[in-house]
Amino acid sequence: MSKTPLLDVENLRVTFPTRQGEFEAVRGVSFTLGRERLGIVGESGSGKSMTGRAILRLIRPPGRIEADRMEFQGKDLLAMSEREMQKIRGQKISMVMQDPKFSLNPVMRIGEQIIEIYRFHTRAGKRAARAKAIEMLHAVQIRDPERVMRAYPHEMSGGMGQRIMIAMMLVTEPELLIADEPTSALDVSVQTQVLSIIDRLVRERGMGLIFISHDLNLVASFCDRVLIMYAGRIVETCRADKLHEATHPYTRGLLGSLPRIDEPKARLEVLKRDPAWSEAASVSGRT
Amino acid sequence: MSRVTVENLNVWFGEREDRVNAVKNASFDVASGASFGLVGESGSGKSTILRAIMGLVTTWSGHMKVGEFELGKKRPKAFYKDVQMVFQDPYASLHPRHSVDQVLGETLSLHGFKDIDARIMRLLDDVGLGPSFRFRYPHQLSGGQRQRVAIARALAPEPSVVLLDEPTSALDVSVQAEVLNLLADLREEHKLTYIMVSHNLAVVAHMCEATAVMQNGEIVEVMTVEDMRAMNPAHPYTKHLLDSSFGYKPDAVQSA
Repeated sequence: MSKTPLLDVENLRVTFPTRQGEFEAVRGVSFTLGRERLGIVGESGSGKSMTGRAILRLIRPPGRIEADRMEFQGKDLLAMSEREMQKIRGQKISMVMQDPKFSLNPVMRIGEQIIEIYRFHTRAGKRAARAKAIEMLHAVQIRDPERVMRAYPHEMSGGMGQRIMIAMMLVTEPELLIADEPTSALDVSVQTQVLSIIDRLVRERGMGLIFISHDLNLVASFCDRVLIMYAGRIVETCRADKLHEATHPYTRGLLGSLPRIDEPKARLEVLKRDPAWSEAASVSGRT
Repeated sequence: MSRVTVENLNVWFGEREDRVNAVKNASFDVASGASFGLVGESGSGKSTILRAIMGLVTTWSGHMKVGEFELGKKRPKAFYKDVQMVFQDPYASLHPRHSVDQVLGETLSLHGFKDIDARIMRLLDDVGLGPSFRFRYPHQLSGGQRQRVAIARALAPEPSVVLLDEPTSALDVSVQAEVLNLLADLREEHKLTYIMVSHNLAVVAHMCEATAVMQNGEIVEVMTVEDMRAMNPAHPYTKHLLDSSFGYKPDAVQSA
């Protein structure tokens, strides 16, 4: 592609110093993202969340982020000052985390939280911000936005909390949304609702989406393209609808270890980890 | 012969206007050596049924029988030996400052066993942990290893009924496969009866011959695994759960 991608990451590394020496959580990951839904799957500790956080430079020292290139719309994210980063975070790139209980401020009304974000990034007036907040709550299918605006987070259920988070993250109309296990804490029926909201916003606004999840079936059915991560590297990349035909033994192992309703088996396959997987160079997810 | 019988079970929390009916008129039978699933969303009352059987909630009415034990408010010591429970989160259910040896040793001595040393070794072997794990603390174990310790603790009193409350939902899928295989082997070896709570239909279909589907405290349907595999639900809610378990479908949203 000749067009500059939305996000261009090359050789990203996230390192933490420990008493046993340096620990690399992400070890040389490269990928690009256009206006598409990109899934990142892997087990806990595979570095998928760290990759998401590194894009927003949310790794606290002594942790380090290094990359040959990490550009958002052609601008180098690593060269930006903390002040410039603040203009990116929440306005250009938003992030939805796993559990709304930990991402909403418990002692602030929901309406105030959404209005605060919106005004911080747009300098809009109070009245306009309030109207915008209500509009966003409508967009995520909250039935009674006026009441929810006055409520505190503890009065909300998990599904509502997560929809509020999404409303808050999208109120500034970001170009890129990073969703880190946005539905893992939710029941299946609520999960479908939340996903359809994200899906619609991606399609209608042409937003880019990085969808981080451990759920292979979900990613296969929801995303356009998938990166499979293992031990801080990408071991395989494929089209999401072709995930079930993946070839890497790790991906095959993960798929085989899933119990399936339509294909009964007496025993589940147990993943035999090959040390060569973590030694092999990272596969590039660039298009 | 049924090993576990639950009839018209009601469980509630709070009094008068605060009263919440967590389980309403639940009835089911589990045959000896069978594995029975309870599925539903959070708040549907599935875990509460397990806690009522175990005696962890006291505000219930109805009729429950496990083997020869007719369950009342107070239960004989032999009941607690015969029925054991494995909890969801292996990070929370093990004491952080007790070694594996202490966890298993305490359970064994409480149930009056004498040959504790030999039994600990055998339990560790049963759940696929070597003797080297005996003196480790929970923080030195992975999630899957912790769940194995929790299973070993449940097996220590030689129970015949094991209640499993989301035993693998905190684990990665590859580790989940190991633990589910282990549970299947142990059921075979020790002739155990399982009642398993899960929100994952695929896990329940893999483990159980029959499953009760719960919604808002009520059992809406008891279906066999054959019906589930044939995608043949009787209740619309079951259909919705089955559909959702196959991933995201944009057109399935409206039925939610």
